[in-house]
Order: sequence, then structure tokens, then C-alpha cells
Amino acid sequence: MLKKLTSTTAIAALSVTMLASGVQAGATFDAIKSQGYIQCGVNTSLPGFSAPIDGVWQGLDVDLCRGIAAAVFGDADAVRYTPLTAAQRFTALQSGEVDVLSRNTTWTLTRDTALGLNFAGVNYYDGQGFMVRADLGVNSATQLDGAAICVEPGTTTELNLADYFRAQGMSFEPVVIENTAEATAAFFSGRCDVYTTDMSGLASARNVDAENPADYLILPEVISKEPLGPAVRHGDDQWMDVVRWTLTAMIEAEEYGITSENVDEMRDTSTNPGIRRLLGVTPGMGEALGVSEDWAYNIIKQVGNYGESYQTNVTDLLGLDRGLNALWTEGGLMYAYPVR
Amino acid sequence: MSPKHSNKSDVHPVIKLLYDKTFRSIMYQVLVFGGVFLLGWYLVSNTMANLERQNIATGFGFLEREAAFGISESLIHYTPESNYGRALLVGITNTLKVSATGVILATILGTFIGIMTVSKNWLLRFIGLGYIETFRNIPILLQLIFWYAVINRGLPGVRDALSPLPNVFLSNRGLYLPVMADHPAWSWVGIGFIVGIIGAFLLRKWSLKRLEATGQIFPHLSVGIAVIFAVPFLVWLLFGAPTAMNAPSLQGFNMRGGIRMTPEFTALLLGLTLYTTTYIAEVVRSGILSVSRGQTEAATSLGLRYSWVMRLIILPQALRVIIPPMTNQYLNLTKNSSLAVAIGYPDLVSISNTTMNQTGQAVEAVAIFMTVYLSISLSISYFMNWYNKRMALVER
Repeated sequence: MLKKLTSTTAIAALSVTMLASGVQAGATFDAIKSQGYIQCGVNTSLPGFSAPIDGVWQGLDVDLCRGIAAAVFGDADAVRYTPLTAAQRFTALQSGEVDVLSRNTTWTLTRDTALGLNFAGVNYYDGQGFMVRADLGVNSATQLDGAAICVEPGTTTELNLADYFRAQGMSFEPVVIENTAEATAAFFSGRCDVYTTDMSGLASARNVDAENPADYLILPEVISKEPLGPAVRHGDDQWMDVVRWTLTAMIEAEEYGITSENVDEMRDTSTNPGIRRLLGVTPGMGEALGVSEDWAYNIIKQVGNYGESYQTNVTDLLGLDRGLNALWTEGGLMYAYPVR
Repeated sequence: MSPKHSNKSDVHPVIKLLYDKTFRSIMYQVLVFGGVFLLGWYLVSNTMANLERQNIATGFGFLEREAAFGISESLIHYTPESNYGRALLVGITNTLKVSATGVILATILGTFIGIMTVSKNWLLRFIGLGYIETFRNIPILLQLIFWYAVINRGLPGVRDALSPLPNVFLSNRGLYLPVMADHPAWSWVGIGFIVGIIGAFLLRKWSLKRLEATGQIFPHLSVGIAVIFAVPFLVWLLFGAPTAMNAPSLQGFNMRGGIRMTPEFTALLLGLTLYTTTYIAEVVRSGILSVSRGQTEAATSLGLRYSWVMRLIILPQALRVIIPPMTNQYLNLTKNSSLAVAIGYPDLVSISNTTMNQTGQAVEAVAIFMTVYLSISLSISYFMNWYNKRMALVER
């Protein structure tokens, strides 16, 4: 709760840090290498994506941070996490408080340009939905006229919500609460009729936070496209490359069938030139990226491929199947660029 | 006398200048001013350079763009089609709404509690002091969160709303009250009310004049209050005494009709009022105690009634002491209202946060809300200083 007040402080600090952080090309990556860890901005609490479980940060977004650390330092644990609310996240990234923002953030034109950020890829294809109490007797979003709706400020969700109700000619009362945990608590206490966020966030709230998941119903309408991915600030293209290719390596590994279990065996025995290149048996990729040759090996060995990460964090915990996030070979959108 | 001092022409002219008192004081001022100016210039130019290097948009053009987000409560017309400028205006009016209401309530409540603490009745004094010590010593932010949780979790849902009075509903969606249904009479009643107030003022002027001239006393206070209420009442009767009500009722998800205080507004108002009341009560107490007992005794021995002693002898003198610290409390309450962001009341800071997040223009948004708070605070100070001057003792 106190965290959210720091958003104002963080923003006030922005103007101060803006002066201090003389951003130069390559400066971010150099600074990270000399500090010895990745400062990663994550969600305050979104089980499945990033949440402290038994004192350890876990989730799909957290795994990406760990993958980057494995690629850069050969140690997936060389990460420090900064939990950020939706409203704090961009300021934190712009001002250099975090090196990379891996916090279920939608890739949009404005954010990619006017906010001074670069998105390095998409690690989860999502869409916005609505959750209601099952006993409300509502089974479609078109019946929500006049409802009180809990939403987090500073999100695309907030804008899509207004757009959707405008398009449907319906009215609503937004109850805008900054912290994810507080917003879901307000919904569960009955302050709002509806909670809206990305479908994955709804599943997370329903399956993990709710006392009895059966009391709540996720409506079938998906009202937006939400490609979620990691973002870095403008000014260091090499650092963006590292983030982009870490994600790619995790997807590529799944395409090749390399897992944390068989990666050693693959490295020693595989004759597939693609696998040999990815795992650094044939050198060149690591050097081009500015990291060690066994960068992808370290990611897969210590964190796992994309499919493994999805299985433990999303499928097992939230009960969501792969859907759009399946590999392109299986009808999804996950498509790795060639590592060569 | 040393030989050095005896021959002044030996001292270098620059050294001589350095020892010159006037020159030194001017030099210090130039240095300080120049230093501050350079620092400010450095901050601004460096910020601009860094923003440009990171390709972050700058300028106030975003105020014209469509805001596209919804706001839960607003005194002025606002829809998601409105622009960011209007959204910020909604924030400003919401801040003013909660601050003004809070200032009025805290002043009334604070005066009562302050008088309680100097009461001769042990129980009243104990309650007053207990209240002050409890609410003054808990951080305001925690109090806000507490009241919001009490309203959200302690009150029933909208379908099982409590109804303490007919057509009054209390639930975790807020307090719903019935209002009079639209009728042309009501705007005339409002005008009648204003006419009543003006009438009461004129009555007071006349009665004071008569008092000076003839020494006869006219009860202008009670008659004045009667006038304020009688005029609108007569107007209401004249229009055929309409009684149709616009009562809230459950339709769909929420109550519709009537007027409503949202849980966010209520929690914020409650928290701010109860917290600031404690300080105002202390200010009032110190004001009353600053008037020496001899004054009361002298007035009583002249045969004045207790209420007159309070009104004519003690309060005018106490106000001198009360007004300056009271200004501080009004300023504090207004500034504390920015904590609204913690409980989702759409005040200026909350809407600025959303704006800067959607547009990425943090520096501009922060500049706007700092300017607005500064203006509000300076206006309150200005008004209170004017009032203070008016109330200062005029020695005859």
C-alpha cells in the first residue's frame, strides 16, 4: 500500500535522475556488466507472471529476467527485482531505476515512441476481459451497463475499457486503484461489480487470490489485443539486442526441443548445425551479441525454454493453456527469429 | 600602533575593497543569486537535453489530446472524449471540493472539541483530550486506508444496503440520499436563501447602529437566523410547497437517482476532517486560554450573560491568536488531500499520475500539479491574511 505513494516520489525523482543519468550509447549495457546484476522491474503481485512465492520471485516475466542474467553473467540469480505498479513502471525505466521492464506491459505505438522506450519482443499474447461474481447472473459483457468497474490506472486496460463502453453506448463507474493486490481486494470486497484486466491477470486473480474460484466468472468477451513484452529505454541498442535474443533463444530452444533436462546431452551429441550454433558449440553468436558463447546454454540450463517456463508458471498455476502463445508450428504466434 | 596601520597607502587597493563593508555585502548577494540562477539553469537545460536524448516527448501539446480514460466522479461535465486539459480540471475541482468541505467541517468540529477541552466538566474534557491524542498521533495515510477499508469491508453490498431512514441507503458503494425532484420553485428558494442572508446582514448593521445611538439592544443574531430561514420558506409556500422527491433506488448494478457520496470521497473527507480537527481544536484551546481570566471575571461582574462574554469579550480576542495557526491547518488539509491517490479518489494528483503515465510526460504533469497546489495554497494564505488584518484588534 505504501508502495503506491512512492509513485509520486518516483516521478519527482525522475526530474532529479534525469539530470544525473547522462545516457550514452552502450552505457546501459556497460553499467550492467560492471554492477554485476540485472535490475529488473516486475509486477508487484501477479501470480504466474511475477509474484514472490515463498520469498522467491517467480513467474513468466521473472523467468525472462533470469534468462537475461544467465545470458550476461552465466548466473540466472544475478537479478534484483523492483516491484512496480502500472503507474510507476515507465518512470522507473526512463529514469534508470531499472534496466529492463518485464512487467506484463502492452506494446503500443505511444509507449514505443513518445515514452522513449523500445520493446524487445512479445513474451505473452493476451487480451482484455471482464470478471464478475457468478451470482450476479451476468454472462456477457454487453449486460454491464451501469456497473462499477475496478481498474488499474495508467494501463491500456483503462483506455480500452472506456473505448469499449463508448462503442457499446453503455455507462460505467471506474474505480481506479493503483496497486494490483488492492484492486483485486476492492473487487472481492464488493466495491466493484466487475474487475477488468488482461485475461491472464483475471485467471491469476480468480485462481490464486480468490477464496473460492467458483464464485467468480470470467466473461467470454475479449475486447482488445494485448501483446505483452519486455521494454528497455532508448539509447542503448546493444542492450536491447541482449533482451530480444534472450527471449528468442528461449523460444528457439522450444522449437528445437532443447529443455533444461536434455541441454547437456544436446550440446555434446547433437549434429544439427542450428542447435550447435545456438548452444555455442559452433562459436560466433555470443561474440556478435557481446556475451559469452555459452549464453543460450546457460539460459536453457538454468531457466529452461519458453515452453517449460510457460508450463510451470502459467499452465500449472493459472490453468491457462497455450492458446495464442503456442509455437507457430502448433497454430500459435510464438515464432523465433533465426539465430545465425 | 604598528607601522603597517600607520601607513594606509601600503595596502593593495583590491584588498582594501575586500574589507569594504558595503562592497562585501553586495558581492555576497551577487554570488548567492548567481549561484542559484546557475543551478536552476543547469537543472533545466540538463533535463531538457536528457529528455531529448531519450526521445521523450516534451511540451504541453498533450493537454489538447483526447484523454480516453474514465473518471468516477466529477463536478464538471467529463467523458472519455474530453481532452487531458479537462481531465486535469476535473482533478482540480475534485481537490477543491474535498478541501473546502474538509476545511468547513474541521473548523466547526475543531471549535467544539477545543471548547470541550477547556470545559469545567471532567467527562467532556476527557473525551476532547482523548480524541485529540488518538487522532493526532496516527499518520493520516493510515487513517485514510483504515476508513476506506471500514467502508469497503464493513458495510454491506449494494443489494443489502442499510436503510437507516426511508430512502437513505448506506452500502459499500457509498451513501445515497434523496433530493428534491426538479421544480422551478427550488431555484427561487435558493435565491430566497441568499436574500435572507443579505437581510440578516442589514439587520445586524441597523441594530448595531441603534445600539450605538440609543443603547437599546436588539437580538439581531436570533432574529437574523430566523430571517435567513423564513425567506426561503415563504418562497417555497408561495410556489405551492412542492414535496416530490427524487429518491435513490436499486436499478441494475447500482443505485440510481438521489445524490451520492462515493466511498472514496467519504473516506478521504472523514480522514482529513478527523485528523485536522485535532490540530484546530488545539489552536482554539490555546486561543481561549490566551485571554486572561481577569477579562471573564470583569465581564461577569458587569452582569453580562455567559454567551455574551464568549461572543463579545473572549472570542474577538482569541481570534487574534487563532487565525494565523488556523491558516496553517487549512493549508495542511489542502495539501494532505493529495493522499487521495492511495484510496482511488480522483483528485488532481491521481489524475496527473494517470495522465503522465498515458502520455509519458512526467515533467510537465508534475509541473502542472505543483503550480496548482502552490496557487491554491497562496490563495488560502492571502485570504486568511486579509481576514486576520480585519479581525486584528483596533485600538481606540
